[in-house]
Amino acid sequence: MRFFNAFFALAAAAILASGIAAQSDASQQNKTGRAGTFAIVNARIVPVTGPVIENGTVVIRDGKIAAVGTNVSIPSGAERIDAKGLSVYPGMIDAATSLGLAEIPLGANATMDVAETGSMNANAKAITGINPHTSHVNVTRVNGVTTVHSAPTGGTIAGQSAVINLNGSTQAEMSVIPEFGLVINFPRVTTFGGFQPGVGPITVDFNEAVRRRDNQIEELKKMMADAEAYAKAKDASAKDNSIRPPATDLRLEAMLPYIRGERPMLIAVERERDIRAAVKFLADNKLKGIIVGGQEAWKAADDLKKNNVPVIFTNIYSLPVREDDPYDFLFEGPAQLHRAGVKFAVATGDGGAEVRDLPYHAGLAGAYGLPKEEALKAVTIYPAEILGIANRMGSIEAGKDANIVVTDGDILDPRTNIKYLFIGGRLLPLTSRHTELFDSFKDRK
Amino acid sequence: MKRRIGMLLGLAALAMLPFSAAAQQAGGDVLIKNATVMTASRGTLENTDILIRGGKIARIGKNLPAGTARVIDATGKFVTPGIIDAHSHTMMDAVNEGTLSVTSMTRIRDVLDPKDVAIYRGLAGGVTAALLLHGSANAIGGQSSTVKFKYGRPVEEFVVEGAPTGIKFAMGENPKRANFTIPGQPPRYPRTRMGVLEVMRDAFVRARDYKRSWDDFRAGKTRVPPRRDMELEPIVEILEGKRLVHAHGYRSDEQLNLLRLAEEFGFRVGTLQHGLEAFKFAPEIAKHGAGVSIFIDSWSYKLEGYDATPYNAYMLWKAGVNVSINSDSNERMRRLNLDAAKAMKYGGVPEQDALKMITLNPAIQLGIGNRTGSIDQNKDADIVIWSEHPFSPYAHPEITMIEGVVYFDRKADIERRALLAKEREELEKLDINKAPGSGGAAPRIPTERVRGDIGHIEDSDIDDHD
Repeated sequence: MRFFNAFFALAAAAILASGIAAQSDASQQNKTGRAGTFAIVNARIVPVTGPVIENGTVVIRDGKIAAVGTNVSIPSGAERIDAKGLSVYPGMIDAATSLGLAEIPLGANATMDVAETGSMNANAKAITGINPHTSHVNVTRVNGVTTVHSAPTGGTIAGQSAVINLNGSTQAEMSVIPEFGLVINFPRVTTFGGFQPGVGPITVDFNEAVRRRDNQIEELKKMMADAEAYAKAKDASAKDNSIRPPATDLRLEAMLPYIRGERPMLIAVERERDIRAAVKFLADNKLKGIIVGGQEAWKAADDLKKNNVPVIFTNIYSLPVREDDPYDFLFEGPAQLHRAGVKFAVATGDGGAEVRDLPYHAGLAGAYGLPKEEALKAVTIYPAEILGIANRMGSIEAGKDANIVVTDGDILDPRTNIKYLFIGGRLLPLTSRHTELFDSFKDRK
Repeated sequence: MKRRIGMLLGLAALAMLPFSAAAQQAGGDVLIKNATVMTASRGTLENTDILIRGGKIARIGKNLPAGTARVIDATGKFVTPGIIDAHSHTMMDAVNEGTLSVTSMTRIRDVLDPKDVAIYRGLAGGVTAALLLHGSANAIGGQSSTVKFKYGRPVEEFVVEGAPTGIKFAMGENPKRANFTIPGQPPRYPRTRMGVLEVMRDAFVRARDYKRSWDDFRAGKTRVPPRRDMELEPIVEILEGKRLVHAHGYRSDEQLNLLRLAEEFGFRVGTLQHGLEAFKFAPEIAKHGAGVSIFIDSWSYKLEGYDATPYNAYMLWKAGVNVSINSDSNERMRRLNLDAAKAMKYGGVPEQDALKMITLNPAIQLGIGNRTGSIDQNKDADIVIWSEHPFSPYAHPEITMIEGVVYFDRKADIERRALLAKEREELEKLDINKAPGSGGAAPRIPTERVRGDIGHIEDSDIDDHD
């Protein structure tokens, strides 16, 4: 993942200034909006999972989408929002971020909670590190991204990710799935050895790089074996109370749902060979898994499809790795995945500040071969499906959570403005640190 | 993956050159037919032709006769001036000479790599020219270069003839080295914003004295010529208004201090670079007359980039400041059209003024606004033909030309891919490319091009940044 690499680099290079307080916007703490019954009328509705509805109505009640269509009765007392000339979209979902865990990477280490020390941290949980009051929350949601998957990044097993809505005063209020997946930075041979101040990127010897990869694989295998043994010991004890249960080990305990295949492993991996290895690792161990990053995932489409492994593609804003790769190699990534029939989503892979660019990642994929409807799906219903929340989000359908964005144009177009925003049926103010700075200075002469 | 990529890369890079050569032969007179032309100076012209003769825009109008010109049918397409990136480190083999706090003697001109594939990728994003800047490791950095992306041509032809010379200045975290120390080296002066400003003041004072010693000599007041000083000569040129200062900085207070220092020494700052807080003192910038070259919406990547807002472009525009939107990145450079579109979203900059922020405005900031940056008669034919409106998320460049010569043609690029793949296949069969297990040496594993991939993490010398 682009973000992962950037932060490894920064962590290696920067001796961060100390004593700088975490930056958070106290003024945003009361900006969780208001609940109510709303009727968005005269709207062009883009349900994503069905055809566009012209001149329709969306009713929002008790946090849910109560009704959608052209022939919808509006509950008495509903607050009417006239959406003539406007479009209604489901809130977008960024399936790969570290939002809430990484506010200011340089110069404010106190705001960085994205990478725990050590290499095996299955018990590090994003949901306990996410800052509900980071300014990134408002900045992101006012651009139409209502839900994100936020993950830690450090070591081989980085920790557990969370799916959150971008609204709430506490982690619990934001939480959609508090423990979603186990992030694994899949060991690979890389000669990139970090940055040295004043020098730049360091290249390590190839043989050393291979040795390092092999060590990481051995450590990962051992960790898996230990977790399996731990699970066996626990199961045995549960069946026969004459067998003493193993002493509780928080790291191994945290791995249980994942090694049992109940929850997915999120495997951060980019190149074809490594992706095939990752898919084999999942299949051999009977694990549920998702590829995150996936630069060359389309080349491994056969393996991915055979094993039902989806891809969260984070590389639209990356440069091709090889000098002789076509210039649009990564712009075309989502289109290639689509053509190959691989389940995929487009994500930013960003730490938080630029997650609001999600629609433009999808749009750019649209400029290079991905059909427009697919580009929209790639940031709405597809990530919802991959994250297992399609029953709640990702489209405008009755019964789903009211995560809704009302725009004055194509939601993937950078010229488009957001006019209304709902998360969990709450109408939110379209304010952020950025609009507040604008308001503070726009009239200065 | 395949073996011996390193070897392949070199050969593949060579394979690109014949294309460029062929494309250039296809230069000469060109007639772009029936396009929607966004001039960046006189609005948008529907169903319009552009006749290019001798690398210049000879005529703009409807139903122009082709004569002997090669015709490009642009029906349904959009045409804009070539994009100009006013903050770039593309094609530079080195970014920072960070040893001293004043390295005005160093020249970006000396480290240009005309074969950097990032140039081609930039062309594929519609970029035709760039201001190549020294990094921000020191209060006064090296001399900049203004280039056009004439990929495949000798390096001499990249440098824009007659473009004013420039120099990089830097303030804040990077010259302070706030975020790192270099192991084994003592801290370098300055470590505070107070010190940064004094380093600049000291350089101007020394340059003023140096200039006086030459003036005295030339006036015959002294008989022995002063010793030439390569550090101070570029700074004398600043004082004489011959060299543009492009000053990296974030905080409004320090950037305003620089404007005041410049006023004290009697010159005008060329551009404030980055300027994430420029909106806080837009009227002062307008009064001084400096340009501002910004990211449209990058922020929060470092502490001094936190008090930022994407409404910056709008507020500066409204105050009458010349604003350009730059990339500072081999990656981001490829989608500056979408960054310009955001200027419309955040505050409501009109379409043409948003387009200017990546074309005419940077051209003016670089001092080449008289010859490029807009679709006007007698200007260089630096032109992009887009598949659709360049601010649409679904648009991509189809043809990018500089002075009438096609340097990027998407159709030709796609056609060439099969050839390249075949060549690659052939090369992989060679003995020298054998796998380690079959007698070959250990392969060099391709790693991501870290410089570009990091984006504009910012050009401090902690990373070899783009």
